[in-house]
Amino acid sequence: MNRFRFHQLTWFATICVSGGLAVAGRADIEDGQIRALVDTIRAVGPEGENHREAMDAWQRLVRADADHIPTILAGFGEDPLSTNWLRSAVETIVERDGGQSLPLDRLERFIQDDSHAPRARRLAFELLLDAEPAAARRLIPGFLEDPCLELRREAVAEALDRADELLANDADQAVPVFREALVAARDPDQVGRAAAKLRKLGQSVDLPRHFGFITTWKLIAPFDHVDSRGFDTAYGPELNLDPTGTYKGKEGMIGWIDYTTEDPYGMVDLNQVLGRYKGAIAYAYAELESPEPRDVQVRLGSITANKVWLNGELLTANNVYHAGMYMDQYVGRGRLHAGKNVILVKIAQNEQTESWAQRWQFQLRVCDQYGTAVLCQTR
Amino acid sequence: MFRIQLHGVILVGLLAAVGADWPQFRGPANSSVAANSRLPATWDEDTNVAWRIELPGRGPSSPIVVNDRVYLTATTGVREDRLLVLCYDAQTGDRRWQRQFWATGRIATHDSITGAAPTPASDGERIYAFFSSNDLICLDLDGHLQWLRGLSHEHPQSGSDVGMASSPAIVDGVVVVQIESQGDSFAAGIDTRTGENLWRIARASQANWSSPIELPGQAGRPTAVLLQSPSGLTAVEPRTGQPLWTLDSGCASMSSSVCRDRLLLTPMNGLTALRLGDNSDSPEILWDSRRMSPGSPSPIVYEDRVYALSGAILKCGDLATGELIWQLRLGGNHWATPVIAGDRMVCINFDGQVNFIRLDREEGQITGQASLGQPIHASPAMSGDALYVRSDRYLWKIVEP
Repeated sequence: MNRFRFHQLTWFATICVSGGLAVAGRADIEDGQIRALVDTIRAVGPEGENHREAMDAWQRLVRADADHIPTILAGFGEDPLSTNWLRSAVETIVERDGGQSLPLDRLERFIQDDSHAPRARRLAFELLLDAEPAAARRLIPGFLEDPCLELRREAVAEALDRADELLANDADQAVPVFREALVAARDPDQVGRAAAKLRKLGQSVDLPRHFGFITTWKLIAPFDHVDSRGFDTAYGPELNLDPTGTYKGKEGMIGWIDYTTEDPYGMVDLNQVLGRYKGAIAYAYAELESPEPRDVQVRLGSITANKVWLNGELLTANNVYHAGMYMDQYVGRGRLHAGKNVILVKIAQNEQTESWAQRWQFQLRVCDQYGTAVLCQTR
Repeated sequence: MFRIQLHGVILVGLLAAVGADWPQFRGPANSSVAANSRLPATWDEDTNVAWRIELPGRGPSSPIVVNDRVYLTATTGVREDRLLVLCYDAQTGDRRWQRQFWATGRIATHDSITGAAPTPASDGERIYAFFSSNDLICLDLDGHLQWLRGLSHEHPQSGSDVGMASSPAIVDGVVVVQIESQGDSFAAGIDTRTGENLWRIARASQANWSSPIELPGQAGRPTAVLLQSPSGLTAVEPRTGQPLWTLDSGCASMSSSVCRDRLLLTPMNGLTALRLGDNSDSPEILWDSRRMSPGSPSPIVYEDRVYALSGAILKCGDLATGELIWQLRLGGNHWATPVIAGDRMVCINFDGQVNFIRLDREEGQITGQASLGQPIHASPAMSGDALYVRSDRYLWKIVEP
């Protein structure tokens, strides 16, 4: 069904529902009518597309009983705009209801069904805990492998606390719980907490492997970037990529340098490895072996302008300098082939002279949509 | 006649008790002035604190006051990716409602702030809450969603990992936002009733945290919106975005302009005074002064003086000439724009040091001090005789009983 046709139908459905909701305030309406209103709200798009219909549908939706909240939550999808519209409808209904008639059993079943949208399940969890705080103890341990990372975080936190309690009496009992928490953790702060405890207990922890950082690179620099001209200039590695070749650089012919970073977060300090160039471009090259085709995310952190290609396809380009750097700062989505895959990274350094504008570094990892490492580089 | 006068007195008294609105960043007309209000003489933990609230989230945005309610924004969550719009009863400090949304754009900011940096605005009917993630959320005064936009979701290359802080302006039924960074940069005019785009114009890709302001129409002259940036000034027609005039001379990227009548003070070449022309005429430069250059806080025009706060120094200049009349060392660095009420000013520095200053003709005098003991970014709001001050964690109402 094309988008226009879908929109016509949802708008028609909204008008039909309107007839059944011609009363002010709360109204008892059926799940089918709720779904039609939700579908109308889900049709919102950029530039205010379908806002008028969604505004009308929202006004009608918030008259529904709290008993219908699981139906509204089931309408949450991947689109963050309509998710926010629906979230505010749920909040408005709960506020009016005072939390008195929430269908707690159905909310709990909703949370446990991981086919629902992660944010819908998280919101259901928060609603349930507001009404029944004791549900936390019952539900949280089951979230350790949950695809909703906000729920998983609760379970990792619980495991870390439990491991800390065990540690007070018996380190041997604590180690497997810390390890379990580490394996499940996706948020860097929780990973760091588990890793620190394990190391203190004499255990080995391979953080690059946990996160999927690429640590072994071929690097080449400098290419000309005076007056920031190089960002959109395709130099040799972009035109004819050869990991054994040489290219004409800013200061003459240059070749690749093999480099393996020992940094636990895969940081490659280009100033340290290649020299302190300004107005320069560096490229980084890595090969990945994948046993099968699969979708991946290539996540980059870089303090300066950058581009990332996977098998020649540009995944992300960001012409930004010295405005912050953090893990997973830029996310590119691509697909690995079975067999050899090639990642090419372009990192530009501009000519700013301020002391805070001298860093030239990057970190890159390959993972799935949940941040789970895709381990396809020989280590 | 006596009855009419008596009713007038009662009405004025009631209005004073409820307090005038402070509907946007820097208050009515972005002036930072509450001329008919009276600042408390002093303030400490036990004196003149009507209430203090611990906020459910963080943020450097300023509170606004509409219909005796205080509205403000915050962020929460492990990643500070939950956007909060909060409403409190101005009399009691009781929370009337809270709404939460997920950020749809970039959420990273400098460590010292969070994504709740732009100050919300209101047209008296609705609240327009804007965030560093470029999420723009419109609620009625009771917290019911009217519409929402994810402007970085629509334009993924927009935004900055240092944080965005430009506050929206509401002019002629249009929400005007400036989204300017090293990435995709634009200004947009969005219909207040529907959230639909009325216009969107490209802007220079450079970091800019200054806020748009209204240039009020008078005597047949059209209302305009002023867009300020390091590239210069552009006045646009609010409902179409059509440029009315431009001035290609770089302005500050943090401190914002202020306009009173047809006089515009803008942080350009230090501080520049311009007289606005008719229709699409470019403004006339009256004077500029490096010595009156503001830091991060915005300049304030009051009576026949202009005030600028740079670092630790408060400067008072002659509005007619730009000549420096006096300056006063306050100490510390300031992010918050001060507020003037009556003949006094309140300045709050980043360390939470509060200075009450009497604005005499020949000099400024510190008449009282207080310490909040925590960093303050947000410019205070004033309604009636009450001052509303927000830190990363708390909201205070300060008023003499």
